[in-house]
Amino acid sequence: MHSLNRRAFLGATAGLSAALLTGCGSGPATGTAATGGPRKGGRLRVAFAGGGAQETLDPHLSNLFVEASRSKAMFDKLADYGPDLSVRPRLAERWEADAGLTTWRVTLRQAGFHNGKPVRAADVLSSYARIADPARAFRAKTTLAVIDLKRSRAVDDRTVEFALKQPFAEFPNVLAAFGVFIVPEGTEDFTRPVGSGPFSFVSFEPGRSLLLKRNADYWEGAPHVDELQYLISNEESARVNALLGGQVDYAHDITATTARTYQGNDRLAVTRLTNSGMQAFAMKLDRAPFNDPGLREAMFLLADRGQLVDTVLAGAGQVGNDLFGRGYQYYAEEIPQRTRDLEKAKWLVEKAGAKGMKIQLDTSAAASGFVESASVFADQMRQAGLDVNVAMGNKDTYWKDILDKGSLCCFRSGAMPIETHFAQRLLSTSTVNVTKWKRPEFDALYTKAVSLADEKARRDVYAEMQRMQHAEGGYLVWGFADWLVATSPRVGGIADAPANTLDWARFDKVWLA
Amino acid sequence: MSLPRYAARRLLLGLAQILAVTALVFVLTEALPGDAAVVLAGDTPDPERIERIRRELGLDRPAPVRYADWLLGLLRGDLGSSLTAGRPVTGFLADAGGPTVQLAAITLLLLVPLAVAVGVVAAVREGRLLDRALTSVGIGLYSVPEFALAVMLVALFALRLGWFPPTAVGVGPNLLAQPAVLVLPLLVLLARPICSISRLVRAGMIDALRSDYVRHALRLGLSVRRVRLAHALPNAVAPAVQQLARTTDWLLGGVIAVEAVFVIPGLGTSLVSAVSARDIPVIQGLALVFAATTVTVNLVADVVAFRLAPRAGGAT
Repeated sequence: MHSLNRRAFLGATAGLSAALLTGCGSGPATGTAATGGPRKGGRLRVAFAGGGAQETLDPHLSNLFVEASRSKAMFDKLADYGPDLSVRPRLAERWEADAGLTTWRVTLRQAGFHNGKPVRAADVLSSYARIADPARAFRAKTTLAVIDLKRSRAVDDRTVEFALKQPFAEFPNVLAAFGVFIVPEGTEDFTRPVGSGPFSFVSFEPGRSLLLKRNADYWEGAPHVDELQYLISNEESARVNALLGGQVDYAHDITATTARTYQGNDRLAVTRLTNSGMQAFAMKLDRAPFNDPGLREAMFLLADRGQLVDTVLAGAGQVGNDLFGRGYQYYAEEIPQRTRDLEKAKWLVEKAGAKGMKIQLDTSAAASGFVESASVFADQMRQAGLDVNVAMGNKDTYWKDILDKGSLCCFRSGAMPIETHFAQRLLSTSTVNVTKWKRPEFDALYTKAVSLADEKARRDVYAEMQRMQHAEGGYLVWGFADWLVATSPRVGGIADAPANTLDWARFDKVWLA
Repeated sequence: MSLPRYAARRLLLGLAQILAVTALVFVLTEALPGDAAVVLAGDTPDPERIERIRRELGLDRPAPVRYADWLLGLLRGDLGSSLTAGRPVTGFLADAGGPTVQLAAITLLLLVPLAVAVGVVAAVREGRLLDRALTSVGIGLYSVPEFALAVMLVALFALRLGWFPPTAVGVGPNLLAQPAVLVLPLLVLLARPICSISRLVRAGMIDALRSDYVRHALRLGLSVRRVRLAHALPNAVAPAVQQLARTTDWLLGGVIAVEAVFVIPGLGTSLVSAVSARDIPVIQGLALVFAATTVTVNLVADVVAFRLAPRAGGAT
């Protein structure tokens, strides 16, 4: 609670700094580096929220946004996600599957680690074996579970043959998954990490600073800047102050309020990363009251999505249609957008015998906007005749708490392919199935989709699965949040890419004017 | 009671207090919902994975066993390793301790002469314009929370006027390498203790100046200046020394607000992140440092007060 109050206070005082700053807003016309071409040289200083002294440089342990960005600066994956979450080759030059989709042959490009050694098939297999080690608990372990590592082999130094346990057309999603980085064979010590990424290690002080330098031999071309420094600042206002004071050049994750406050200020430029975060309420289907499809439909209809986006996201986002992945590959655009129909919602609530029913909505400060979205949505539910009580949970253990407890909670998700969202959250066997959506016919459709080599055929099955979710599912997806990053006007080359995709928080393509 | 006996008794009591604090902190941390495994799993709380992390971290052993292990390690001078980062806790303490100790030390160095001077000047001019001005400013400043003061100072002196850097971001553990970053945090840290300590010095000084022995000394023909500084002042500062001890505790607590606004990764920030990560060895290490500091500082303050004015310290 303490930090929440502190944050609220910071928000209130942001206006004060702005008011004091407006006096100096009359400088020369805004000239951003983005208008000129890329320039070489300089030290790019980027500020992120961090994990204190607990941070690690082990790319397989990456958890925080700052760790994901650092990993991508120092290491490579075989593939990564484009802005629409389709897979782009990276260290893998190309891949092809056999007709049964159970054997995948991946050809590596010519690339080298920072110590001068080439990236070989053995490094790939050893990295994957480390992540998949049954005795350990790396995050991407379940993602790699589809690979039969014992039968997989290095055909030669630049060719890996992966044997899968079942046909899997979306295997490239595995190569691009969060945290599946390639490290030199047998690496266990990451105090001075050696990767094949665009920057190489110089020095690290956990919770404070990581200094990297340009890898002139990077396979995709050397970065524009000479040095890249990650600095840690947990308070958003401190990141913005450091940027305004010229102490950093890039501030990750700022609020929509800050963006609006400094609009037109020539000391700060804002880039919107659209479609970065899905915002939802999750209803549990295996228990009262949301085991009643009529009541779920009432919830979908009583939600005023526009109001949620305007108030909770301060307008920085788009409304959702109860489906994950707007704008991503295979997203079912053709399903009509749900709009509010309060009268019908009231009628459905009455019909379900739920008028005046007490419902608990679980929320916490685990993600920004959760508490606000709960209070706005509770009001909307009350208008439809439900009696809602908003319960504040512990922010550190929230995700575990909502997995099995309660019936309605705030939920959010970062970007991932729609297939991964299905696999992790919507199959009977999914370990993080918050809505308890367990439908054998849905599982069967998934199995069918991922065994189809033809992309068009797969798209049709995915659309069918999304229609099921839209009609009967437990995710009330009300919006997609833009993520905002702020940069000094000297910085050019910041891409608009959803968080967790290749071009997000990627600094080898950024330059300083 | 003689001073050495008094000090020895207090020292033993202090050790018992430190041990009690670590036990209490351990119990309280255990009572927090979830453990390091749950926090590490984050937004993918795969139950099987949480169990595996728990086994990896040794969290599957009963709490008393883990506390006993920690105590045994402590006897060997080993504070254990962070659950989440795997690095030794002593390294954490050294890294985070640097900036906090620097800030606290400089604050105290400036605080003592400033507060005593302000208090003495106000007492000597009791009831006059200067005294009333110092009193009003002091009470006004004392009522501004550190956080609000920090935000205002940053907005004015860093962002508007550009005189000082707004944060200490990018400065290494040695803040003295860039003294400019210290100015605003020091102003915030000094503001309230100056008020409280100078008020105490002023009150003590006024009492002392009215006392019989001061009047007697003046009757004997000693100079006013000598009477004030050599006779009145030592009696006046005894209560202030104890307040100073409390201030030191507060400073070493890292003054979480100040560390947050100015991005100073000190002990306060460490404690907050260790608690939210449920990183028990780190929390225990920090608790040990805080408890030891508190006990030591209060012990020293009491001994000093005992020396300065035996009537004040002897009763405790």
